[in-house]
Amino acid sequence: MRRVLLPAGLLAALIGGWQLATSTGALAELLSLEPYLVPSPAEIAQSLWENRGLLAENAWVTLREIVLGILCALVVGIGFAVAMSRWRIVRDAAYPLIVASQTIPIVVIAPILVVWFSYGLTPKIVLVALFCFFPITVNVLDGLRSVDPEAVKLMRSLDASPWQRFWRVEAPTALPSLFTGVKISVVFAPLAAVFAEWAGSSSGLGHLIQADTAYLEVARQFATVVVLSAMALILMGLAMLAERRVVGWR
Amino acid sequence: MKPQLADLEQISSAERHPGSELSLDGVTHSYGELTTLARLDLQVEAGGVVGLVGPSGCGKSTLLELICGLREPSGGTIAIAGSSEARDRLARCAFMPQRDLLLPWYSAIDNAALALRNQGMRREPARAAARGLFERFGLGGFEAARPAELSGGMRQRVAFLRTLIAGKPVLALDEPFAALDAITRGEMQGWLAAALRADPRTVVLVTHDVEEALYLCDRVAVLSSRPARIVAELGVSGRRAEDRDAAVTDPGFVGAREEALRALREGSR
Repeated sequence: MRRVLLPAGLLAALIGGWQLATSTGALAELLSLEPYLVPSPAEIAQSLWENRGLLAENAWVTLREIVLGILCALVVGIGFAVAMSRWRIVRDAAYPLIVASQTIPIVVIAPILVVWFSYGLTPKIVLVALFCFFPITVNVLDGLRSVDPEAVKLMRSLDASPWQRFWRVEAPTALPSLFTGVKISVVFAPLAAVFAEWAGSSSGLGHLIQADTAYLEVARQFATVVVLSAMALILMGLAMLAERRVVGWR
Repeated sequence: MKPQLADLEQISSAERHPGSELSLDGVTHSYGELTTLARLDLQVEAGGVVGLVGPSGCGKSTLLELICGLREPSGGTIAIAGSSEARDRLARCAFMPQRDLLLPWYSAIDNAALALRNQGMRREPARAAARGLFERFGLGGFEAARPAELSGGMRQRVAFLRTLIAGKPVLALDEPFAALDAITRGEMQGWLAAALRADPRTVVLVTHDVEEALYLCDRVAVLSSRPARIVAELGVSGRRAEDRDAAVTDPGFVGAREEALRALREGSR
């Protein structure tokens, strides 16, 4: 109970303090801003409700970008990790490059992706996948390499083919690490999707928040942030639920 | 070779495992400069149970891996039923490692039936084959349990059944009971003796427990410290007797134990 009540209480206190600071106009005064530019939690909640159709529509766009991007990263990342764990030469050649590639600030690629793939769904999926590729690949490779060499010997003695060794020992060993990679991806993916939308798009939560700047719709911008965060939280919850179901032996 | 349920239950080991004799001839093994095994000779007749005792780190586990075909010796030959090909040894010898190494994502029965699944049997027939042995060897009712839910002794039993069910004529057991407490270890020795009486195989048992070797084996080879060679071979009487406690307190047994310990001490110098 304590583990739920304490953070919930703190959150309520923060929102309450914010409400107080905005409804009295104190925060706007402090920032030297017009009061309508500093919305209160109540106003944000009202905006959430009033714009629910618009927000849902755009949330669906962004959610699709995130989920498809993560799925692409899973396919490519797992493929790479398996290849690197199976063939030493692949690992020795590719691993340093994969690590070094992390110094590229991936968001700056977003405009290039728009040039290549235009304004549709594709550049968003590619950017999300590029973000998530690294945590997934590295974690899965780690998991595959943490296989107990004694278990591999045992499987050889029990007539297992390399393929059977993979499916019966290596893959289950790597599953918890795969979920670690997915959970990290769920954190990064919304960020990547928003950046990709900023580089050029006509819909999505990132697009919405950017467009609202021109109209000074700050309350709706906050509402958009709330939706985006809620989406990330739900995805994380789903990933954890799936993890508990799939790696129940742990 | 795919053992069917009927094979496991009915056909005697001699019919099932013709020509399972094991012979080591001048076997040498080294890691780089370090020689762990020096010109080892050992013969085990089909259906014989031989114990290997020796000081820690003398290369006993390496020797088992060589016998199983998991490694190639640096010199000499190891042959099972006349063939010294590693591939043939791998096919004829089942390895039971020191730790039980049960796979936590499988139930007890799926762990035991692992070899049958690897040999291409479908899940249900493989389980059915293992189920009979679960009943017979005191594991009935625990088929669906996860390894983490089993006691140390039960895990070891499942690990041994996994080795047995592989249907291979030769079993290589690496300190199977070393991780258990003294009481459970004694019980497990009695259990293994019963299992081998019911389903005889050619067995190489590595242990550092002299009493365990003398009770379970027909013959015990004492290894020296590295580079390991055989310093004594003891024949044993009253082996795998049903009453283990009576067997290990028998004067003949006690004398053999003293002799083995003496050889072990001299070999460790």
